[in-house]
Amino acid sequence: MRATAILYGLLALFALCAPWIGIYPVFMMKLLCFAMFACAYNLLLGFGRMLSFGHAAFFGFAAYVTSWLITAHAMGPGLAIVGGMAVAAFLGLVIGGLAIRRHGIYFAMITLALGQLVYFVCLEAPFTGGENGLQGVPRGSLFGIVPLRSDVILYYLVLLVFVAVFLFIRRVVHSPFGQVLKAIRENEPRAISLGYDSNRYKLVAFVLSATLSGLAGSLNALVLGFATLSDVQQSTSGEVILMTLLGGTGTFFGPVVGAALILTLQEYLSDIVGGWVTAIIGVIFVACVLSFRRGIVGELAALRVERQA
Amino acid sequence: MSEIFGIPVAVILGQLMLGLVNGSFYALLSLGLAVIFGLMGVVNFAHGAFYTLGAFAALLGLQYFGINYWVALLVAPLAVGAVGVVIERLLLRRLYGLDPLYGLLLTFGLALIVEGSLHQVFGATGQSYPVPESLSGGVNLHFMFLPLYRGWVILASVVVCFGTWFVIERTRLGATLRAATENAPLLQAFGVNVPLLKAATYGGGVALAALAGVLASPVVLVNSHMGTSLVIVVFAVVVIGGMGSILGAIVSGLALGVIEGFTKVIYPEASNLVVFVIMALVLILRPAGLFGRE
Repeated sequence: MRATAILYGLLALFALCAPWIGIYPVFMMKLLCFAMFACAYNLLLGFGRMLSFGHAAFFGFAAYVTSWLITAHAMGPGLAIVGGMAVAAFLGLVIGGLAIRRHGIYFAMITLALGQLVYFVCLEAPFTGGENGLQGVPRGSLFGIVPLRSDVILYYLVLLVFVAVFLFIRRVVHSPFGQVLKAIRENEPRAISLGYDSNRYKLVAFVLSATLSGLAGSLNALVLGFATLSDVQQSTSGEVILMTLLGGTGTFFGPVVGAALILTLQEYLSDIVGGWVTAIIGVIFVACVLSFRRGIVGELAALRVERQA
Repeated sequence: MSEIFGIPVAVILGQLMLGLVNGSFYALLSLGLAVIFGLMGVVNFAHGAFYTLGAFAALLGLQYFGINYWVALLVAPLAVGAVGVVIERLLLRRLYGLDPLYGLLLTFGLALIVEGSLHQVFGATGQSYPVPESLSGGVNLHFMFLPLYRGWVILASVVVCFGTWFVIERTRLGATLRAATENAPLLQAFGVNVPLLKAATYGGGVALAALAGVLASPVVLVNSHMGTSLVIVVFAVVVIGGMGSILGAIVSGLALGVIEGFTKVIYPEASNLVVFVIMALVLILRPAGLFGRE
């Protein structure tokens, strides 16, 4: 227990100091956004055992909505992000409502197909800018008070939001709702026979996950100043699955580790190996599924339990 | 009657024809998916990648070894099928008995490896494969012009699809296969080599995908991502048809291709979406799929 506390303390210290020790803040912000995305995804996969292959739809569509509200309607960043989240929540309600009608692999295929539907809508709808996406999104100032042009100020805001989301997910998982969700994950027929309306719990989890994914996407668009088709693409859905799986599904900190590893890999490895990044990510996927299905954090935790026993 | 709703009949028939060609590919791919899933419980996400691999095998065979189309039609599926057998023996085998989601994730990773490598080696631009000489040109059927090659694709896939159906539903080998999906340990106790059967099934399903790739290579541009979006549509087809039935996979594949072609005539913007919308409707009205049993 003490080791965990020390680890979290060190990480918090690192996160607070990051802009001052030569780490590019935009990269750190992108990392935090994807870590948030992966945590939101993990709520669904890790605690509800629902494998969604279409989560990029929520991340990317919210990014579009936020960028569009800012550029076309001159809305402030705070409200625009709330707008992106609201649309992601609605989208989650529709897609989740359809997908939970089937289980397991069918659930995965349905979310994949509906995610692709959202992708085509983004490709053809008039407000998304087609192949170019929406570019030059100004950061503006939060609620007209805090100017966000400076990378450092925006970084601390993103960090704050990330910590809030992280703690919120912890709270949700430890709440009675989260316990029921885990019961459904372990044995759905039994949960139903105990009187729980399992579809309702699954739908709520799905909408929560979609909303938080939307928050991550909206923030990411604000940080980078653009929303593009690659945010809604199936490959982004694949990446968030890999982040969660690599770090450890069903652990709290795993998705953060996974996101940090994958993004660092993409950022720094692409200079060395060029276009092989996709293939390398595929290799990591295969290695993960074959040899450490519990993920990095999950395996470490299991190791510690073994040592104590 | 040369026009319907102000659209020339020849245009409508031409698009339906294209739809039927796409539908043939959907049918071949979803058939392979259904066979693999039925016996192994694995949803093969790499199916699109094997389709791409088939097309590349034909293209490279022609460019480097001068292998003609008809030979490629036989050799490419065999080669890709052999790759499939190796993958089953080395990787997929380790996941039997686990949650089927892991099979999906593993094959997703495989698809990334195949498509990422092809993209890196051959670039993003597509290359065209020449239509074989004996099938170039077309015939005028008076009400429409039929390009011979497209007619051949439809004929070939329908024959292969029903051939596969026949083998599985009407032969001794098929009976063994179906017995293995029902109760593999019992079948093994009777002395049937079930692991071999599984490897052969995966190889066979994958070879069907490669065959579709070879058939497609003269009508599409051969590039590394030709299978990526296709496999998503095929998944939707499988959700619509239900994976339980082989005939269901064939029929829904062809029908959805035609519907897609028809949408291209009346409302082109929606042609990419129509299969997914139909999937959503089927999920609302008949969640188990049209031919499926839950």
